[in-house]
Amino acid sequence: MDKAIAEVASFTVTIMIRRFDPEVDQEPKWVDYDVEMFGTDRVLDALHKIKWEIDGSLTFRRSCAHGVCGSDAMRINGRNRLACKTLIKDLDISNPIYIEPIKGLPVEKDLIVNMEPFYQAYRDINPFLMASDTPTKERLQSPEDRARYDDTTKCILCAACTTSCPVFWTDGQYFGPAAIVNAHRFIFDSRDEGAQVRIDILNDKEGVWRCRTTFNCTEACPRGIEVTKAIAEVKQAILRGRP
Amino acid sequence: MSSSDNITYHSHDVIIVGAGGAGMRAAIEAGSEASVAVISKLFPTRSHTGAAQGGMAAALANVEEDSWEWHTFDTVKGGDYLVDQDAAEILAKESVQAVIDLENMGLPFNRTPDGKIDQRRFGGHTRDHGKAPVRRSCYAADRTGHMILQTLYQTCVKLGIEFYNEFYVLDLVMNDGKPAGVVAYELATGEIHVFAGKSIVFATGGFGKIYKTTSNAHTLTGDGVAIAFRRGIPLEDMEFYQFHPTGLAGLGILLSEAARGEGGILRNASGERFMERYAPTIKDLAPRDMVARAMANEVREGRGAGPNKDYVLLDLTHLEPAVIDAKLPDITEFARTYLGVEPYTEPVPVFPTAHYAMGGIPTNIKAEVLSDNDTVIPGLYAAGECACVSVHGANRLGTNSLLDINVFGKRAGKYSVEYAKTAKQVPMPEDAAKDVLELLQKVRNAKGKEKVAQLRKELQETMDKNAQVFRTEETLNEALAKIAELRKRYEKISVQDQGKRFNTDLLEAVELGFLLDLAEVTVITCRERRESRGAHLREDYTERNDKKFMVHSMAYKQNKIDKKTGIDIKVDWKPVVITNYQPMERKY
Repeated sequence: MDKAIAEVASFTVTIMIRRFDPEVDQEPKWVDYDVEMFGTDRVLDALHKIKWEIDGSLTFRRSCAHGVCGSDAMRINGRNRLACKTLIKDLDISNPIYIEPIKGLPVEKDLIVNMEPFYQAYRDINPFLMASDTPTKERLQSPEDRARYDDTTKCILCAACTTSCPVFWTDGQYFGPAAIVNAHRFIFDSRDEGAQVRIDILNDKEGVWRCRTTFNCTEACPRGIEVTKAIAEVKQAILRGRP
Repeated sequence: MSSSDNITYHSHDVIIVGAGGAGMRAAIEAGSEASVAVISKLFPTRSHTGAAQGGMAAALANVEEDSWEWHTFDTVKGGDYLVDQDAAEILAKESVQAVIDLENMGLPFNRTPDGKIDQRRFGGHTRDHGKAPVRRSCYAADRTGHMILQTLYQTCVKLGIEFYNEFYVLDLVMNDGKPAGVVAYELATGEIHVFAGKSIVFATGGFGKIYKTTSNAHTLTGDGVAIAFRRGIPLEDMEFYQFHPTGLAGLGILLSEAARGEGGILRNASGERFMERYAPTIKDLAPRDMVARAMANEVREGRGAGPNKDYVLLDLTHLEPAVIDAKLPDITEFARTYLGVEPYTEPVPVFPTAHYAMGGIPTNIKAEVLSDNDTVIPGLYAAGECACVSVHGANRLGTNSLLDINVFGKRAGKYSVEYAKTAKQVPMPEDAAKDVLELLQKVRNAKGKEKVAQLRKELQETMDKNAQVFRTEETLNEALAKIAELRKRYEKISVQDQGKRFNTDLLEAVELGFLLDLAEVTVITCRERRESRGAHLREDYTERNDKKFMVHSMAYKQNKIDKKTGIDIKVDWKPVVITNYQPMERKY
């Protein structure tokens, strides 16, 4: 680690940002910035440096800055990533770094998109425990049953998966990977009784069958969720008629 | 909802400001009984509750003997006896139900082999009044806060709670000493919204961004706390700010105490397990204030690791990789991603990071906000990190904050809706938005040369240098002088973005104003407390002084600047509630 920090001295890198201000611009344009960065700096640090020192009007969402709040998903060199989890030194710094908003959702300003269609798809799959009992104590769940849906509990709703999906790009009605991941989280929870409701929703023409298993979503997920596998498990549950 | 002069007016029974754990827990409690609106500067699942890792304390006794009374004692002792003991009893007693509520809502806790909620060790939580560490922390891997935030939001979706997301609350409207509502700025449009409510709940979180090295999100600028202060509400115990021992060195990103709960060990440059010298009984699982101080001391005395000897090492290499993967997956990934360190085989560089405000808006055990030591402001509530009830006293125990937001968030929901059912709406003044409009206009039209980011950086640097783990009268005066200078320069800022839509440039300037206010209160109360207690270490007053300072501080904003001191803040004191535990020397 000493090596990692000590040996990567400062370097200058060109950042190309797809900018759009609806109050001024007719259409988006690329703007380039040269910034001096350090070995532990992330893409978010570069964006902040530009906003704080060069152009205050550069606009993006961010909060926690370490990959858990899901605010800053964006397209970095053509791949969906979190800006706060992408170290600049890990990119090819001999060439400009291209940053643009995630695709498939309406751009509001610079790197900010309208997330509402994405959130609506999430809400549409009933992302909450459906159970008829009213326990007075904790419900029991074996470690094996708990492990069954562990992977999909990691989702931070950043939309990196859904907006990397070619099906979603061409058909905004498709529920998309993130909604299916969250359906999976409940369908395979042994405490939940709403599997059939969600299976019916996702057996729809805009549901899981639109997935073409291109694996873009799995590659895009900053939380390492095996998204395509989760979608496949939901497909199997539909075919079986149960989790 | 109605609209005039580009101001939109809303009316609800209960207005909740903030959509983190405390705010959403309040909404769930109040939501089925009244019209509730939650207003948040972020989409709810972006809130910083989601960054909490290690767990939530509750004496379930699922894996070993435990009792709420032991938990109360640990909380009181951990807080260096500045905890209000009636509040700590409630926290510990209601913890069990709080965990069961979450499980019933669907939270995926880790489980024991027989299917119960699993529990693990955490700093300062002990069996039978300090005899040995106890397994009290209920957890979901090392993303317990993430799971709490997700589960609460999911439950809000289920209940159809109404959210106003990316709305920045910038003012609390008081009419004749009573709350009428809040004024908010809508990020997407730049428009102003006035929300009338019979009850107002503040659940706006902390203000770690007064410091440079912090585990806190960029958005944690203490808006709610500063707004309350500007409206004449005192702030309690602001000198007590927690520095979490294990931030990633140089970055401040949090590595959960669960790492030590699962067996991780802190070592200095020579590999010595130095906590054996500072806390012989519970060693690395001593409370955070003691561990952070020990680490800073090791570095100061030249035993730090690394090329600049400026950090210590968190050693997990003796743990099985399978245990690390199952119980600490996220934090080990942080070490890999941000420092390029492999925790299976290499120790992780760590140093204390500004983490949590013990102080805040004073409340009683019903989450009602107080206007002085004991006068309730009817209809105004606060819960979570922005509040001071005070269950954390001079130093919060790990896993007690996720508990706090659930217990007192629930109470805020319960009592605020109860009040709203019978109370009349306090009349909303016609010019309710006047102050916010003036503030925004002033910031937007400022034509100075100073840059907001530069001033913020200088503020954070002076706080790190002068008001961090070690403090003296001299360093605190230096910080105050710097803050005074920054205030003058703040008058000469300019904002580049003059647009209406998503103008985060404008809001960062407004947020800096909140940070300046809170940093000043923090430093002044640090200076006035001339003793050492919990997280507050005065090197010029190294002993705890119960005779003089077994009291909470209460900082009030004054109408005018005192000629002698040059400041407009008055510090008063408030007795601590003691029920069962008389102050004792704090040893671990």
